Amino acid sequence: MMRTGTSRRPTRLLAGLMSGVGALTTPLRPADFVDLVDPLWSAAVPRGRVVEVRPETRRATTLRIRPGRGWAGHRAGQYVRVGVEVDGVRHWRSYSLTSPESSPDGCISITVQALPGGTVSPVLAHRTPIGAVLHLEPAAGDFILPDRPGRLLMLTGGSGITPVMAMLRTLAARDALDDVVLLHSAPSPAETIFDGDLRTLARRPGLRLVVRHSDTEGLLQLTELERVCPDWVDRESFVCGPAGLLDDTERHWAAAGLAGRMRQERFTTPRLGGGAGGTVHYGGAATRSAGAALGTEVAVDGATSLLEAGEAVGVPMPSGCRMGICFGCVLPLRAGQVRDLRTGRVHGEPGDLVQTCISGASGPARIDTTTQGDSR
Amino acid sequence: MTRTLPTPTANHASRVGESRGTDGSQAACTPAPSTPESELPEAVPAPAMRPVPSTPAPEAVGLTHEQIEEFGRRLDAIRDRILAERGASDADYIRGVIRNQRRLEVGGRALLFAGIFPPAWLAGTAMLSVAKILENMEIGHNVMHGQWDWMRDPKIHSTTWEWDLVSSAQDWKESHNYRHHTYTNVLGKDRDVGYGLLRITEEQRWSPYYLGNPVYNLLLSLLFQWGVALHDLEYEKVVSGEKTRSAFWTQLKRIGRKIRRQVTKDYLVFPALAGPFFLPVLLGNLTANAVRNVWSHAVIFCGHFPDGTVVFTEDQLEGETRGQWYLRQMLGSANLDGGPLFHLMTGQLSFQIEHHLFPDLPSNRYCEVAPEIRALCAEFGLPYTSGGLGRQYLQVLRKINRLALPGGSVRGPVPLAAGPIS
Ligand SMILES: Cc1cc2nc3c(=O)[nH]c(=O)nc-3n(C[C@H](O)[C@H](O)[C@H](O)COP(=O)(O)OP(=O)(O)OC[C@H]3O[C@@H](n4cnc5c(N)ncnc54)[C@H](O)[C@@H]3O)c2cc1C
Ligand code: FES
Repeated sequence: MMRTGTSRRPTRLLAGLMSGVGALTTPLRPADFVDLVDPLWSAAVPRGRVVEVRPETRRATTLRIRPGRGWAGHRAGQYVRVGVEVDGVRHWRSYSLTSPESSPDGCISITVQALPGGTVSPVLAHRTPIGAVLHLEPAAGDFILPDRPGRLLMLTGGSGITPVMAMLRTLAARDALDDVVLLHSAPSPAETIFDGDLRTLARRPGLRLVVRHSDTEGLLQLTELERVCPDWVDRESFVCGPAGLLDDTERHWAAAGLAGRMRQERFTTPRLGGGAGGTVHYGGAATRSAGAALGTEVAVDGATSLLEAGEAVGVPMPSGCRMGICFGCVLPLRAGQVRDLRTGRVHGEPGDLVQTCISGASGPARIDTTTQGDSR
Repeated sequence: MTRTLPTPTANHASRVGESRGTDGSQAACTPAPSTPESELPEAVPAPAMRPVPSTPAPEAVGLTHEQIEEFGRRLDAIRDRILAERGASDADYIRGVIRNQRRLEVGGRALLFAGIFPPAWLAGTAMLSVAKILENMEIGHNVMHGQWDWMRDPKIHSTTWEWDLVSSAQDWKESHNYRHHTYTNVLGKDRDVGYGLLRITEEQRWSPYYLGNPVYNLLLSLLFQWGVALHDLEYEKVVSGEKTRSAFWTQLKRIGRKIRRQVTKDYLVFPALAGPFFLPVLLGNLTANAVRNVWSHAVIFCGHFPDGTVVFTEDQLEGETRGQWYLRQMLGSANLDGGPLFHLMTGQLSFQIEHHLFPDLPSNRYCEVAPEIRALCAEFGLPYTSGGLGRQYLQVLRKINRLALPGGSVRGPVPLAAGPIS
């Protein structure tokens, strides 16, 4: 996914001043002391404070967030990666921004639907108080409105309404909600996120809203599309929802030779981990396209550590004690998960630093061997 | 693997079951449930450091191989339990310590600007000393051990942390986390044994150089952070050819950078900011650095060198099992008794035994597992060395003084003692 958005750089003077102050705070940075007073001040590490918590449905909640100095704005349809501490551990998840591109008070909002058994979403949806500070990354994603939106079709299911909501709000704020069809599928009226807001927007002549309920009408079928929106082939389309809907539309548009007229946003990526043993890629940080050629792919059995497996094929691996106590062997995990050979626990999210000497493979994974050593 | 011991060891037996935590308990943290004192062979004089003739062989402590592995499994179970419990309250703990340490530092440095008034100088220097000690021990040492890596906070992480000492995080992690913690108290492998300067065990061959032992120790104490940096450099390995000159040189540059930064901060910029009142600021900073040196040196030396701790030889490492590794950590370390504030100020290294068994568990948990470890040791008839700072430090000093002269045994011949108690 592409990252867009320009970062607001501190002026050169300020930067110079800060490096001077850095002589006083070394080995820490001045920002580390500023954090004591105001965690939102840091420009390098954007953060935001929750200023309003609004339940949308029983399971979904909108959080309005006042971003700190480091926030550089977003385009409607983009998402933000949010860092949340759950039981002391920081987890990062992506959430589509649901606020319009520019809101008068500078706040942004996300709308989170709690997944049963999920790690982060129940915490954000039900256990995040006003005043909580969340870690943010710059807004990203290319699921965005064209510069000159013509006739649009939005096809959404469940919480997939979120990025589209930001688009509709942005268009409405610009008075550019001219010709949009929104076909939205939700389980029931009570489970429809933004039900009221959507109906309010639909009073405008430019938006034709069709909400259907899967509890009574079953899952959305693309045959309905012909009925609801016969001119779908003429429209720029945006699709976001469950994997089934995304796969169906992908095929449907491709069959019509219109793949280029449709954009999708996928909320879920398949879980890769599980079991003992797997194929591990040792190499650079880059994914699929660029990186695959560089680096080495190794089939690792369930009893072998990633350190041993890497060394066995000649990958230069950092190490120390080789028994899990010195942390001299940590390398970033870029994709997939690993298995703790001591406890059998399968864990890992992209970016985690894992101890290769006590981690084994668990399905396909990528270990980044290019960023070794101290980051300072 | 089985080994036979040259001498089935009366002196080992003499220590078995003897709990040294006689005077204080691990105070505030729960009294230690150890064997009742009266049942123990009271105050058996023991050799200062007992070289165990084999991988802490089961025989050495009166246990079978199977018992030692069982001991290891029991320790693993304690570790796994803490890992499973680790959570928000631990994260709050370290964040709280970091916040307060930074406030103390800011407060101390601010007060030193008013340092021409003696009370302000004293208070400022005390605050800065405490801040520097916390930064070094409870925060720096433990963060760099990876104790807080599980929080996935890149700002409190072993790979990114740098501390306010002249030794660089990178070099220190290598010499401490890897060498010292893997080869704890193994002569020739663990360079913390004597820091390459002192004769701290009779196993080290005496030479006239060691006549200066007490003086070297005093200097090391006052200049500890410099000693640690020097120790990380491992110059003798360049001489012996184990380390290349270019590796040594890059390391030297890294340390040079750290030195430049600390000296600039403490002895140039902060004093300069005080203008005409630069002297109290400079002296305050100098004192705070010295206080930290003396304190951390004392705590660290009490962790491995008091009477009752054991050194090992290199051949003992071969084929070492998990249980034997645990045993070596156990026998090579000694605790300090005290209250919660004391433990905090030692960076929980007062729980040196627990730290060596579980170097990557969050430090705030050592106090919780200590009574369990002590009870486990009592159950297996293993010594658990612990004592007050004063007593332990005196033992260390006595040893350093004695070992300035040839020979070794500090208190004369080893008496035979009762067999294992379990
Ligand atoms: C670009 C993008 C935009 C997004 N926008 C939104 C949005 O606007 N609103 C929104 O609510 N979400 C959005 N998401 C989804 C969001 O990022 C999270 O994936 C979602 O909130 C679930 O996170 P979680 O931590 O609660 O669940 P996780 O803990 O990650 O689990 C995900 C699911 O897997 C199940 N699961 C967990 N562990 C296992 C296991 N071991 N085996 C099998 N199943 C398991 C859980 O029950 C849960 O259903 C978006 C995702 C992306 C990629
Ligand atoms: S090599 Fe020491 S933790 Fe992995």
